[in-house]
Amino acid sequence: MKYFSRRKFLGKTSNLIGAMLAAGLMSTSVMATEFPTAEVNTTGLAVTDDTVTVGILHSLTGTMAISETGAMEAARLAIKQINESGGILGRQIEVILEDGASDWPTFAEKARKLLISDKAAAVFGCWTSASRKAVLPVFEQHNGILYYPTFYEGLEQSKNVIYTGQEATQQILAGLDWVAEEKDAKTFFLIGSDYIWPRTSMKIARIHIEQVLGGRVVGEEYVPLGDVQFGSIINRLRLRKPDVIFAAVVGGSNVAWFRQLNAAGINADNQTLLTLSVTEDEVLGIGGENLEGFYSVMKYFQSLDNPNNKAFVEAFKAEYGQDSVIGDVTQAAYLGPWLWKAAVEKAGSFDIDKIVEVSRTGEIELDTAPEGYVRLHPNHHLWSHTRIGKWNRDGQATVVYESPELIEPNPFPEGYQ
Amino acid sequence: MGDFTFQELTSIFAMQGFVGISLFSVLLLMALGLAIIFGQMGVINMAHGEFMALGAYTTYMLSMFTRTHYPELMPYYFFFAIIASFLVAGLVGYLTEFALIRHLYKRPLDTLLATWGLSLIMQQSFRTFFGSREVSPTLPDWLMGSWMPTDTIFIPINGMFILGLTTVVTFAVYYLMYRSSWGLNVRATTQNRVMSGAVGINTKQVDRLTFALGCGIAGIAGAAFTTIASTGPTSGSLYIVDTFMVVVFGGAASLFGTIASAFTIAQAQSILEFFISSSMAKVLTLLTLIIILMIRPEGLFASKVRK
Repeated sequence: MKYFSRRKFLGKTSNLIGAMLAAGLMSTSVMATEFPTAEVNTTGLAVTDDTVTVGILHSLTGTMAISETGAMEAARLAIKQINESGGILGRQIEVILEDGASDWPTFAEKARKLLISDKAAAVFGCWTSASRKAVLPVFEQHNGILYYPTFYEGLEQSKNVIYTGQEATQQILAGLDWVAEEKDAKTFFLIGSDYIWPRTSMKIARIHIEQVLGGRVVGEEYVPLGDVQFGSIINRLRLRKPDVIFAAVVGGSNVAWFRQLNAAGINADNQTLLTLSVTEDEVLGIGGENLEGFYSVMKYFQSLDNPNNKAFVEAFKAEYGQDSVIGDVTQAAYLGPWLWKAAVEKAGSFDIDKIVEVSRTGEIELDTAPEGYVRLHPNHHLWSHTRIGKWNRDGQATVVYESPELIEPNPFPEGYQ
Repeated sequence: MGDFTFQELTSIFAMQGFVGISLFSVLLLMALGLAIIFGQMGVINMAHGEFMALGAYTTYMLSMFTRTHYPELMPYYFFFAIIASFLVAGLVGYLTEFALIRHLYKRPLDTLLATWGLSLIMQQSFRTFFGSREVSPTLPDWLMGSWMPTDTIFIPINGMFILGLTTVVTFAVYYLMYRSSWGLNVRATTQNRVMSGAVGINTKQVDRLTFALGCGIAGIAGAAFTTIASTGPTSGSLYIVDTFMVVVFGGAASLFGTIASAFTIAQAQSILEFFISSSMAKVLTLLTLIIILMIRPEGLFASKVRK
């Protein structure tokens, strides 16, 4: 009973300082002895009487390091804060950091190491769908649990993965509805990098535009990853004169795409553009002046105005420097350890099966998430708001729309496949 | 496509024409440095892309420096950045030749491996010094935006700038290689190293400077590309494929071949891109290249080197 009330109390504490104060007062009252190791860990995970070991698996080197560093930092910050507030079931969290090196077989190998030799109680990591697909069989075979932070194409639901980013329909449908309504858009030009996430996203977008919104897709283009020449596509764009450009270009191509668009005289004054793939992280490279007035659809923006987010941004900058920026995935990665903590405490156990069981009750929730209240759906994804941000010159977005309700995650959308 | 005026269509074709020319100048600038090293010395420099990235990072550093210390010089710094990129990349190239390449001239396959290793070392150094996030320098305002000869034609200024720069560099290389006495020494060394040594040419010095020149031009290319795309530790590897494609297709040791090859590839690519998707355009271009190389393995213009 005592444990339950503490959990509830902590859950309602809406900022970091509160949580730390509470931890100072309460940490003596929750002792690991209340939860003997033999009871909370029946499957031989790396749990001792006063520590529990988890893994973080992101690319720290290679081409994906640009994006994954923020996610890694956020997961570490969350773990540090959890430790400062007394840990989890009275145990301090220890982190083993592994580098996936932007190489999918390496991800699988490191996942195997974390699960087999380190016995990690949970793993936070992966960014690209390719890396997630590579580690998936490992997590399923060795029954580990992975908290995956990126918004992604959906069409997946593993027992061993908790998806803390949005799946495609959450992000895309609300965004398209908004732009159709707000900008009276009828014609759409779809452009993305050539791999699974943009292609799946555009497939969903096309069906929604044609069958639900009654609009028309006047162009669908895919550019090879890393391509930096957009001249021809921009000219084709001019021929088609779409009301809206709907973009999912990633990586280095993204920078070239927006710069060349700007140089070609296509900007917010004469063109509406909505993108799925620009967060504050990408803006750093693209430059705010090339994006000014364009829109992104995400669940989180650094500029979100709520007390949770203020505390989070402050803590993140204190930890990693005043210049650091926080994008959607970074925030989602920050949720991972907190969701795991909530699940472990609700289950009263570190056992993977028990965590999965409580995660599937639909009752795991966080009041303290920077994006606002979130709840875990039995399908392992999060209910979340979808927001539209309008980019400013300074690289921050002004949130111009927020879905009134939490949007239900639907990784297998009927009629959209 | 019914509702277009004749003027709009002409404008779009004019702009598409410039896309082709612009791509041509980019490819040529990338390939020049490699063509010199590969053509004159027979060394396959796998780290060529990293020398470009080095130039790009130099530009980035100089832009940061100018912004903090001499903000009033921002409109002009880019010219100094190009020169600095040439010098920095050239100097690193000079040292590389001295420390690494000169020991491997008799083992061409080993230069491949050694320069590839060098490229990995350079990538990791960039990551350590500049971080893994992509950076881009603050560009002077005059490089942004586009030139509008009519109301409907937009010609990107950075594209024109690169075109101009490529022209200058190409003529400089032509002059150096074919009209200066140093160029005569380089060509003599390429044709017959022993004989050149016998008539008093310091062939080691020639090698070192040739390699440094090739790397320096890669640095210029890197500086120019900061106007198109951002720079990350692995940016170089994005360019290397296109660069090799141009050099191999053009035929080693031929400046004219490199120009012709860059032009052909750029036109094929941009025309195809306009009608089919970019991925398919790339596939078709590469397929054509393979077929041509199967028929003419020495490339478009064969070099006249004594075998």
